[in-house]
Amino acid sequence: MTVIDAARAPTRRQHAGVGVWIAGAFIVMLLLATVAPWLFTSVDPLETDVMNALQAPSFGHPFGTDQAGRDVFARVLYGSRYSLAVGFGATALAMVAGLTIGAVAGVLHRVGDSVLSRAIEVVMAFPEFLLALIVIAVIGPGEASLLIAVAIAVIPAYARVARAQTLVVKRAGYVEAARTLGLRSSTTLVRHVIPNTLGPLLVMAVMGIGTAITAAAGLSFLGLGPKAPTPEWGLILAAGRNYVATAWWIAVFPGLVITATVISTSTVGRFLQAKAAGRKR
Amino acid sequence: MTVTPKKRRVGLAPSSGLGRLGGMLLVVWGAATVGFFALRLIPGDPVDVMLGVHANVSEAVRAQIRADWGLTEPLFLQYTNYLGRLLRGDLGTSYRLQQPVVDVIGQQVTPTIQLMALAMVFALALAISSAMLARGRRSRAVLSFLELFAVSSPTFWTGLVLITVFSFGLHWFPIAGTDGFLALVLPAATLAIPVAGIISQVLRQGLDSASVMPFADTARARGVGHAGLLFRHTLRHAAANSITLTGYIVGSLLGGSVLVETVFARQGLGRVALDAIMNRDIPIVLGVIVLAAAVFAVINLLIDLAYSLLDPRLRIAERDA
Repeated sequence: MTVIDAARAPTRRQHAGVGVWIAGAFIVMLLLATVAPWLFTSVDPLETDVMNALQAPSFGHPFGTDQAGRDVFARVLYGSRYSLAVGFGATALAMVAGLTIGAVAGVLHRVGDSVLSRAIEVVMAFPEFLLALIVIAVIGPGEASLLIAVAIAVIPAYARVARAQTLVVKRAGYVEAARTLGLRSSTTLVRHVIPNTLGPLLVMAVMGIGTAITAAAGLSFLGLGPKAPTPEWGLILAAGRNYVATAWWIAVFPGLVITATVISTSTVGRFLQAKAAGRKR
Repeated sequence: MTVTPKKRRVGLAPSSGLGRLGGMLLVVWGAATVGFFALRLIPGDPVDVMLGVHANVSEAVRAQIRADWGLTEPLFLQYTNYLGRLLRGDLGTSYRLQQPVVDVIGQQVTPTIQLMALAMVFALALAISSAMLARGRRSRAVLSFLELFAVSSPTFWTGLVLITVFSFGLHWFPIAGTDGFLALVLPAATLAIPVAGIISQVLRQGLDSASVMPFADTARARGVGHAGLLFRHTLRHAAANSITLTGYIVGSLLGGSVLVETVFARQGLGRVALDAIMNRDIPIVLGVIVLAAAVFAVINLLIDLAYSLLDPRLRIAERDA
């Protein structure tokens, strides 16, 4: 699921290329669609029209219609609300939790640190998707569970980076200075260590949003998220699964949108990463 | 070639072989413990899972069943009992299937291993061919977009697209099922696509950095061609980088198998895990947790060994140390 440590982007280019602009524009459009989907379509995503069921893509229905005659384009547009909410929400939650755990582990002395680090390792032993599934098993399916499950699944990755970063920051001159000046360690943690750990985690989070969206869509594809007929990307895909022989568009378009979303967030994330790396040099 | 790495460079356990084994056991024990207590939080009565929610059974019978399954004992005793059985290789009995968990997993593990193995072959073939094709500026740009696309597309979607094109459109492969090699091709391809993207990205980075090393210059000066340089020198070098990914890759294959097996209606471990989670069959869920942790621990051990096999410098450094 995540490509966080796995795939580092080439860090040559630091000015935004065409790709980054397109990706950024796509994300802005998606955000607009979550706030005001009616800007892009006048069709109600829940309105059924049995006479026009399973219609191929046309001018009136750019993504075609589904088995109940609902407009797939409108459903995908309105669906961005759920998917982005889970994607952003889960990532933010995971980042905050990971930052806290990692920073605490990094600041603690030997025993505390190694206990926390081992705990992170044990949790990281699980494939993220499996971990999310297990969390859902414990807390039960539903929209909020989706967010929590995806967040918990990626927390260890953030915690690990936060810990490593904290260890670096801890030895930095300004922390030394703060300590020499007699600041309490909790104050040092909040005022100096955490802000300076945030940068790399934010970049990681931008790239992680796409992953979180895919994971959430996967879980709701399995029927563990919101219930039909909610326009959610994974659910639309799951419904389209029964019609791949006759109406490929129901499944194909939401999948393309998910892919485009993930590509966009990781393109922007890589650009930010390259920029951050360039600034340091 | 004898491999006796003395120092750990990556991973979790301390230096000695015994310590490393201890580290492995620690991960499995940790996972079993966290899993055991976390799964107790699942609401609902296990007896409902065993008999079905609508079963009409008197409270006395329910109490008897609970006692038979050891569910009335204190939680900590249940936990130590579980660990004791775990040490003897007993993962307990499935609530719903009334079969030993080891048997349930054992029956379903083969199709999943076949799926993962073929997916791995596909992924490596794709990644290596893309490394060979990436020579000019333009082919690199195209390939890196393809990689990004492969990594970004959700597996349950690629699976559906492959079914649409190759099963319904071209009738080359069966739509679903577990029978025969042909039924394995599309699921394996689906699982392989994102993994191929990741390997390819990391491999190419490794190849790029290897191709500017002095040994590459020497080889080129001897008149070694592109393919020769790749297969005899730089690929080996880049592979050392990619090995760190093994754990991640096996993880994503295992996690992905849940979705792929669902999309293609295949038998396998992923389906077993999903069914168990949906039906609150705690012993099986716990069994899958322990298995996943054990796989992870073994892989970490193998990664360590593979490092010193692939990079002769590490062996020499160890001998001198």
